[in-house]
Amino acid sequence: MTTAVPVARHRHARTTERNSDRGARPGALWVLPATLFFGLFAGLPLVLVAVLSFTSWNGLGTPEFNGLANWSRLMSDSSVLDSLRISAILTVLSWAVQTPLALLLGVWAAGRQRNRTVLSSIFFLPLLMSTAAIAITWLTLLDPNFGLAAKFGRYLGFPDGNIIGSPRGALACVVVVVAWQFVPFHTLLYQAATRQIPQSLYDAATVDGAGRVRQFRHITLPQLRNTIVTSSVLMLVGSLTYFETVLILTAGGPGSATNILPQHMYMTAFRDYAMGYASVIALALVALGTALSLLIVRFSGFAKMRSTLEGM
Amino acid sequence: MAVRIRRAAGRANWGAGVATIVWLAFVITPLYLIVKDSLQTTDSYLEHGPLSLPRHITFSNFADVFDKGFTRYLINTAIVTVASAALTMLLAFPAAYAIVRSHSRVVAGVFRVFLIGLAIPAQATIIPVFLLITRMHLYDSLTAIVLPTVAFGLPLSVLILATALRDVPRELYEAMTLDGGGSVRLMWSLALPMSRAALTTISVYSALNAWNGFLFPLILTQSDEQRVQTLGLYNFQGQFTSNTPGLMAAVLLSAFPIFVVYLFARRWLIAGMAGVGGK
Repeated sequence: MTTAVPVARHRHARTTERNSDRGARPGALWVLPATLFFGLFAGLPLVLVAVLSFTSWNGLGTPEFNGLANWSRLMSDSSVLDSLRISAILTVLSWAVQTPLALLLGVWAAGRQRNRTVLSSIFFLPLLMSTAAIAITWLTLLDPNFGLAAKFGRYLGFPDGNIIGSPRGALACVVVVVAWQFVPFHTLLYQAATRQIPQSLYDAATVDGAGRVRQFRHITLPQLRNTIVTSSVLMLVGSLTYFETVLILTAGGPGSATNILPQHMYMTAFRDYAMGYASVIALALVALGTALSLLIVRFSGFAKMRSTLEGM
Repeated sequence: MAVRIRRAAGRANWGAGVATIVWLAFVITPLYLIVKDSLQTTDSYLEHGPLSLPRHITFSNFADVFDKGFTRYLINTAIVTVASAALTMLLAFPAAYAIVRSHSRVVAGVFRVFLIGLAIPAQATIIPVFLLITRMHLYDSLTAIVLPTVAFGLPLSVLILATALRDVPRELYEAMTLDGGGSVRLMWSLALPMSRAALTTISVYSALNAWNGFLFPLILTQSDEQRVQTLGLYNFQGQFTSNTPGLMAAVLLSAFPIFVVYLFARRWLIAGMAGVGGK
């Protein structure tokens, strides 16, 4: 047995530790509280939502099994498919709007100039506010009688200022509000990643006479490839949380123009009290979320314990 | 040297300048309106339109909002926030410590569970969470909000802490073990102080999440006594239909504590918001 040498090399330490196990090692008991807690309030619900999808429950009494009734109802219910389509549209639109903005802003904010630091700290302010506060603020802004929309709606093709009351306008409003709220977060990701790019690459390009645009296309963009994937996947998964914005801003309306899947589920569960059927819709959400989260783990390097924000 | 070369390439970037100003206007307009509207009387707001400069500055809107019970909502939110942050640390730290230090297979499996749990969409589980909470007779209580809020924040918290703890050199553990320290002492007097930055990040992240949380309060509480600020805003929005200044005063109050923290601890808040270790 060798005695512990504080300066032992890592590889050396690993080979000896298997035999001697010198540092005290905590057992499995240590993860028990967190695991139980997580299992009870997040894991179990995940299982329960599948079970509930085979029941009929109005939220008060006891859920009663009703076989495949909810599932066969799904087959003949076009509104779920509609919601899925609206969700997909909103997700893709939001991605298309937010990604270029966050990318450009992030690269810009990565510069250490004083004005950029000051402006960035203003740009990050929306991150501090709750979804409720943001949605309510925008709702007053979009008020067709007294808000900004009343003044400027006509320049956007809404002479009566009622942008949020028209199907297409409402969807556009959600995209804009969500961008206002979430672009700062993705800007942060891009800012941190851009700061990781070795300066020597730019120096070499400058010597070769490459201008700003070519440097961006041939150095910055390829170097940010992983971050673009991470940010995009986070955005896709995060699009499920747009529900809170939609609920406050439009409540799914007008008609069902912004009735995204989580909104549809919420209304089915907590307005119509058809909890069993709502669970079927929730399962679709779980399937979507899980598929996307597997993508996160696969691409973001979380599994390898690498932070995407190293060096922040 | 590198800096000099870069400077040489750096002509004034007009495109970026213009784009930045446009974005600044977009970001700041709603913020300006929150502040301005909340300082106006309703009449003045209705008369002068949204973009006018503030006239007749008044603080009566804030008094109004407090009269309507907003103090209570803020206190409730503070309780939920502190409880959530404390519980998150209490649960996440020993778990992360064991994940990094333990040789147990079980622990490795648990880590994988947390990784997968990272993106369980909370929205999708609100129905069974509602079922659980009502069965536990916790419906319409602040505890009901704290429990799922903490549970859904755990995966990321454990992950961030584990990442930080992985950087603590093995030799330090060994040295302290030789001095006769057990696992508890190793955690308390070595791992804990060595991961202070990550702990701060976690506490900020979980506190911010709890402060701004909307979904769980929405489905798990009902009464005025148990209302948190986000729900309070949502409620006011229904009540204050023509009182935009009052509504904006409430919005400002709801974000005010966080704005103050931002002023003094910007770095930690940013790291906490990004949810990844601030170093």
